Amino acid sequence: MARASSSHKSKDLGWALFFLSPWLLGFVLFTAGPMIASLVFSFSDLNLIKGQFHFIGLDNYIRLFAADPKFLGALTVTFAYALIAIPLTLVVGFLLACLLNTKVPGADFWRTIFYMPSVVSGVVVALIWRGLFNEKFGLINWLLGLAGIVGPDWFNDGRGALSALIIISLWSVGGGMIIYLAGLQGIQTQLYEAAELDGCGPIQKFTRITIPMMTPVIFFNLIMGIISCFQYFTEPWTLTRGGPAEATQFYNIYIYKTAFSYQDMGYGSALAWILFFIVLGLSALVIRSSGSWVHYETEEKA
Amino acid sequence: MIRSASKNAAARRESVLAMILILIGSLTVFVPIAYLVSDSLSSRETLRQQPKPLLPSESYVVTIDGAQCFVYDIEVNGQSRKLAVVEKKGSTWVYANPDDPAERYELGACSVEQRARKITLHWENFGLALQKAPFLRYVANTLVIMVLVTIGTVLSTVMVAFGFARFKFKGSKTLFLILLATMMLPSQVVLIPTFVFFKWIGWYDTFLPLIVPAFFANAWDVFLIRQFFMGIPKELDEAAKIDGCDPLRTLWSVILPQALPVVLTVTLFTMIYVWNDFFNPLIYLQNPKLFTVAVGLQNFSALYFNNAHLQAAGALMMMLPPVLIFFLAQRYFIQGTVVSGVKG
Repeated sequence: MARASSSHKSKDLGWALFFLSPWLLGFVLFTAGPMIASLVFSFSDLNLIKGQFHFIGLDNYIRLFAADPKFLGALTVTFAYALIAIPLTLVVGFLLACLLNTKVPGADFWRTIFYMPSVVSGVVVALIWRGLFNEKFGLINWLLGLAGIVGPDWFNDGRGALSALIIISLWSVGGGMIIYLAGLQGIQTQLYEAAELDGCGPIQKFTRITIPMMTPVIFFNLIMGIISCFQYFTEPWTLTRGGPAEATQFYNIYIYKTAFSYQDMGYGSALAWILFFIVLGLSALVIRSSGSWVHYETEEKA
Repeated sequence: MIRSASKNAAARRESVLAMILILIGSLTVFVPIAYLVSDSLSSRETLRQQPKPLLPSESYVVTIDGAQCFVYDIEVNGQSRKLAVVEKKGSTWVYANPDDPAERYELGACSVEQRARKITLHWENFGLALQKAPFLRYVANTLVIMVLVTIGTVLSTVMVAFGFARFKFKGSKTLFLILLATMMLPSQVVLIPTFVFFKWIGWYDTFLPLIVPAFFANAWDVFLIRQFFMGIPKELDEAAKIDGCDPLRTLWSVILPQALPVVLTVTLFTMIYVWNDFFNPLIYLQNPKLFTVAVGLQNFSALYFNNAHLQAAGALMMMLPPVLIFFLAQRYFIQGTVVSGVKG
């Protein structure tokens, strides 16, 4: 009896491994293996053009912090962008979701419209906005002109280029909005009814119920926002190639230039590992702090 | 009674305010797209007007006595007329009625801005863009990659999701946590060795590095499908087992027919991902004959930097397929985004 059940179990395990095999293989081949390899590369001077591969110890990491202003520049650009773009898209996406959740006519239609830019390729997004931001003939400088402001030559001006990219990022808030909207629709109406009986006004309902109930979703979008800032590539690459004077040289653009334009794979790997630790650190920080501000419904029941 | 009436009025005010804000917000979606469409139908000259008209309009000429004459908007005896300039005598110009060239007036000179305009749509921009860059070849390349990546993704993620949804063994929870953790992994950390590896086995400048990894399941889609499978009652599996089905058959003939919506969601997301992906084709493809639409369009926009009208035509053509698919199947996209976001 015991034997039969154990052979049954091992048969089940066999099936489980069979079904999981694509991912297990993929994990070894395309995740764990390359991660170890890139760690090893980061201690080397691997360069595919020069055809060299020597271990050079910590030299890449020393160069990063001691002798590479471009690395610090890329970090500064990425953080400056992240510090403005992440909160901005978070707030705008959230408010848009709240608006669509007010039982306005055609809410489904508007939801579709606001989500639509999220399915447009970054290259197309960049080309659309390049026209609108044109110094002489673009809509944006014309509108600014109506208000008596002389608009800059956006993509040939350091601060202008970064600001323009932040504005462009707002065009794709629809993806986050959809998630917030689903979260809002999941909040039980009894909560609001109980609050109304207790005499809460709309602002109190928003700050005491809506926001606390939405913190898990905000938390998810915050972490995804941090990760995507460090992956940001297509729009700045199409619009500025990282210029002018490296004012939009995002971290990922610097990795691309190092590893693929100059084929400096060793140094590129060191850059990638630093990025990995930054993202890990920031995520850990958010997860850690989340205990004090993220509210999970199940905790209440326990 | 009174209280509920005032409450209703307040709710209506709130909803009107929300509607106004939504309409204003939607302009930020519509206006850029309207300008893309308008630019794609404009001539290069039209794009050099400030403000750029949303309806592409141009000055035009008429032929009078065998000469090409520009038509101007000009006031004659208190009436606004469209008259062609047939002769310039210093600061006095001779204007003629295009419909009756004998009707002439001698008046002061006009500036270029006073030229009459009429709406002119340059449909030929699309043909020109297709001529200047082999967009049809880019589309064909992208479709080849898209079909294979979609097959690979659906096959592998359905299998793995079934494995995680239905089999519990020692360590299966840990494996699932590892799968979730890979969602957070910035791809750059595996990028360089993967590239070196593909180059080393001779796959650089082929479609293979873009296709083959899709057959090894990605965490996002596995998670999405697993969530769906978890909602399918286990009794169905057990009934199939009693009928003598092995797990593969159970997956194929019991679970999958129930899970078609989520499979469709994954298919649509994958198709759009491949169509829009820029980074991977950029690093793996060097031969312009192999370019995908995204890389081809970006390359085209760099080569024809001063032809904003052709760039717009190319961009519009590239934007249409995903947007059309999205509008036709929007509820699958929205459900997919919601599951990975809210339950994640």
